[in-house]
Amino acid sequence: MRLRQSERWAGYLILTLLAVGIIVPFLSIFFASMQPSGSTVTGLAWPDEWSLDNYREAWSVAGFSGLIRNSLIICLGVVPATLLLATLAGYALGTMRLPGGNAVFMFFVAGLTIPVELIVVPLYYNLDTVGLVNTYWAVILVEIALFMPFGVFWMRTHFRSTPAELMEAARVDGASSGVILRRILLPLARPSLMTLAVLVFMWSWNQFLLVLILIQDPDRRTAPAGLGYFVGQHTTNIPVLSAGTVIVILPILILYLVFQRSFIAGLLQGALKG
Amino acid sequence: MSALTRQAGETPTPAVGRAQRRAGDSRGGLGRFKGYLWVLPALAFYLAFAVLPAFHTAYLSLFDWDGVTLATFVGLENYSEVFANSRYRNAVGHALLLIAFFSWLPILIGLLMVGLLSRHRRRGMTVYRVLFFLPQIVPLVAVGITWRWMYGDDGVVNQALRAVGLGGVTRAWLGDFDLALPAVGLVGTWAMSGLCMMLFLSGVQKVDTSLYEAVRLDGAGAVREFVTVTLPALRGEIAVAMTVTTVAALASFDIVYVTTGGGPGTQTTVPGLLVYRLAFSEGKVGLASAIAVVLSCLILVIVFMINRLSRTEP
Repeated sequence: MRLRQSERWAGYLILTLLAVGIIVPFLSIFFASMQPSGSTVTGLAWPDEWSLDNYREAWSVAGFSGLIRNSLIICLGVVPATLLLATLAGYALGTMRLPGGNAVFMFFVAGLTIPVELIVVPLYYNLDTVGLVNTYWAVILVEIALFMPFGVFWMRTHFRSTPAELMEAARVDGASSGVILRRILLPLARPSLMTLAVLVFMWSWNQFLLVLILIQDPDRRTAPAGLGYFVGQHTTNIPVLSAGTVIVILPILILYLVFQRSFIAGLLQGALKG
Repeated sequence: MSALTRQAGETPTPAVGRAQRRAGDSRGGLGRFKGYLWVLPALAFYLAFAVLPAFHTAYLSLFDWDGVTLATFVGLENYSEVFANSRYRNAVGHALLLIAFFSWLPILIGLLMVGLLSRHRRRGMTVYRVLFFLPQIVPLVAVGITWRWMYGDDGVVNQALRAVGLGGVTRAWLGDFDLALPAVGLVGTWAMSGLCMMLFLSGVQKVDTSLYEAVRLDGAGAVREFVTVTLPALRGEIAVAMTVTTVAALASFDIVYVTTGGGPGTQTTVPGLLVYRLAFSEGKVGLASAIAVVLSCLILVIVFMINRLSRTEP
């Protein structure tokens, strides 16, 4: 069906306007971060002089190098563990006929709406009793649990869609459940695992309230939590604060641009699959 | 995310069932439970660090406890204080108001865009899609800091207002007693609109194009086409968008924490902020737990209602 050219262009115009609306705040903070440290910046202003001084200051003086490292350590703990546990559970709940399996699955799904606010208070006191508060472990363990509902849901959905003939054929050949998973299903599950990995990495990287409470030591906090703390200290030095913000955004942004397909598929399907 | 619940009730696909029944029968009895060994690690983590703490919070909400000394059992007193004290009641009210900004506005914008764009397939959507998802990817703390700067005295918002000759209305938006909450809400609108739009656009792609052709042959204009075809086709997507964004509004913490910290006064205080402050600076652990429970119940009820409403046929 042919539509008038004017309508086509009007569509693009509106899309572009919205895109500009999305991008302006990012540009504003990026330009501000390039201004000389301590200078007064006004709105969206092209820097007269481009300087990376603010980044140097944020990176070393304000300790963002350490914060980024903490964030990476936590993500490296959370992502593989979540993938492994979610795969095992999703495999069993998706392909085996477990008595009460649906109920167990529902029990996981019920956790999808648990807000961090609901669990964080006793977690702090209980983890404090066993000496885990202020350690990476506290955040890693809780995040694994927090992402498990989605992980199990995601992997179960994936395994249910694999053709049963594959498993049946392997079973006839005498393969055990473990072998079937490892040799046959896992290679096929790579796209789903990839999507889950980037989503879990993103949620872990962006987690704020949990880290703010479970890690009180400013030096051990993650990048966003450190940034939240940093705001209080540097409210007036907009350029350095902006540089810190860009540093925190950058890793996840790069990951997003590289794996945008997985991210977008995950965000859309993750919301919709039901 | 919880619109997902819908899938759970369905029966196993016959193909999978067949393969499994055979495997299950051969073992029989307790052997049927062997599969749970695979589920156990995930279940253990989920129970230990999410489910039990949730119940523990409910338990703590029945006590008067400062986090250090002995706790005293007070029954439901904390709950009556949540509803009696205007500081706590208003925080819940603020969260409810944020729903309009985090959920309704983005959904309206998304629907409007779909109405404008769905009439034909477009090239070059990838770039737009990457851009529109950007606010979903970056940490909300960074979003908050960015907008705090946007709303500042010298920020882009005031700069833009001056540029169009509205210098008279410029102000420190986040410090304004009446406008701080809407200003924070609009940050949510900014963050959520892209997601809603992309959800709806992907939903519209699934609509049978012959439906559109049929209404157009009937002589329907863009508006009737939207109301009779697009809108009903997007029921599911709208419910999902509403669930995700409503939960984000009610459980909001990050953006409020860095933009206003709940101020000016208590004008932008939300339940999440109260849980944090009451439990960890004011030594009112029981009260904080009660607020967390009230908040979670509110989320549950609203999510349940959205799913209910979206499933009943009009």
